[in-house]
Amino acid sequence: MRIPEDLERRARRPGLNYLTELLEGIGRGVLSLLNDIGGITTLGFTIVRWAVRPPYRVQNFFAQLDFVGVGSTFIVALTGTFSGMVFAYQTSGAFRIFNAESLVGPTVAITITRELSPVFSSLMVTMRAVSAMCTELGTMRVTEQIDALETMAVNPIHYLLVPRVMAGLIMVPVLVVVFDTAGMSGAYFVAVGVQGISAGTFINRTQQWLVSSDFTEGLIKGAVFGLTVVLIGCYKGYNAAGGAKGVGQATTQAMVASALSIFILDYIVGVILH
Amino acid sequence: MTSKPAVIEVIDLYKSFGDNQVLRGIKLKVEEGSTCVILGASGSGKTVLLKHLIALLKPDRGHVLIDGQDIVPLEAEDLAKVRTKFGMVFQGAALFDSMTVYENVSFPLREHRKLKEAEMRQIVREKLAIVNLKGIEDEYPAQLSGGMRKRVGLARAIVLDPKIVLYDEPTTGLDPITTAYVDEMILDAKRQLGVTSVVISHDIASAFKVADNVAFLFDGVIVEQGPPQRLRNSQQPQVKLFLQTWFGKN
Repeated sequence: MRIPEDLERRARRPGLNYLTELLEGIGRGVLSLLNDIGGITTLGFTIVRWAVRPPYRVQNFFAQLDFVGVGSTFIVALTGTFSGMVFAYQTSGAFRIFNAESLVGPTVAITITRELSPVFSSLMVTMRAVSAMCTELGTMRVTEQIDALETMAVNPIHYLLVPRVMAGLIMVPVLVVVFDTAGMSGAYFVAVGVQGISAGTFINRTQQWLVSSDFTEGLIKGAVFGLTVVLIGCYKGYNAAGGAKGVGQATTQAMVASALSIFILDYIVGVILH
Repeated sequence: MTSKPAVIEVIDLYKSFGDNQVLRGIKLKVEEGSTCVILGASGSGKTVLLKHLIALLKPDRGHVLIDGQDIVPLEAEDLAKVRTKFGMVFQGAALFDSMTVYENVSFPLREHRKLKEAEMRQIVREKLAIVNLKGIEDEYPAQLSGGMRKRVGLARAIVLDPKIVLYDEPTTGLDPITTAYVDEMILDAKRQLGVTSVVISHDIASAFKVADNVAFLFDGVIVEQGPPQRLRNSQQPQVKLFLQTWFGKN
């Protein structure tokens, strides 16, 4: 029996083949990543260009504000409450060792407003709203509904993407405020009600240490993360191909890319703001 | 006999996706008020050709003239103006599944005409009557059968009284009775509205029923075109083989 040449060559030099395949895989991954970054950036600029053009679809815009913002309020508030509670519980235990329970309030407040709030709010929006957006747009793409819009002389970016991206940009900072409020309420309940720290100490120390720029930093991060995750979801859904499987893959990729972007941007924006 | 002016003219159209050369120099003319059926086997490039007619795809080279205007170099805003001349019926109807039938059919009116709700409702009723549908305005696409969805798709396509209607495989996946009904629907649209139609199909019976002209696409090239009778008598081996599958049985 004749052994195919390719298999014979592979069998002779398995190490080299493995290395070649590894490098090819890395190369493909890098090219795909660069392609996605380029595509998302271009889409972002296209959306800005279309956002200022009439007709202004106010109804679509409010529907997206409702979907992204109002629809996420409950889970963001719940996440915020429990994050604040657990953080207050852990820090009060640790600070008690050093007799520094008075610092629980400001520590929790600064951490929540600067970091936890924008990161967790964006993650919640990613899981709840961006996944749905990506799937909806992907389904519209593979069932030719987006082509249908074009044939009816309606620009799909203007009609579908502009309201979604605007909603992400506006509503995630609003959700950050919701998270801040819920998180601090949860922290207060645990620190004062459960751990026995004095209410006055908790509030006074928090007021003493927390400055407005901490709060602003959270809002800026929320806007950046909100814009980014919605853009990623829209890009992946809008360019989905290959039927139901393709839509599923697009949504998975959008979720992973969005979550990673939040953590990477958190570091970059944090460094820039300081 | 003088021929009518060409509403659609395709000149030397080439399109490839990667290494796959799909269209190889298409030449096609569709006269005003006529129905042209583009016939061909699956994978012959029919849908790709249709998408070029309404600029959903850009060719690698070649020209697509609509009323004498080359639409290939046009940008989004100018393309939008050209597209208002078209209505398109998609293979799967492509109705917006989050909207009711009324919202689907009235969508182009809402986008391009400033009409009162009552006027829109009247127009939608009229267009649904043309495709023999009534009382389904509040239903969602998921509640309709395949044939009904296609008919709603046609009602949406003709709601702005377009000059040209494109049909992408209108009878695929339908039973013989619904197929016959969809054929009648295409003929009615032509008779009642005087539209120029381009129909993509591999359904030979339907093609011969609705067509004024048939173009046979094989491997990205139109190898035969003319009235249905000309195709029947064609000596092109690909056409003969394709038609034998149907005429052999009928």
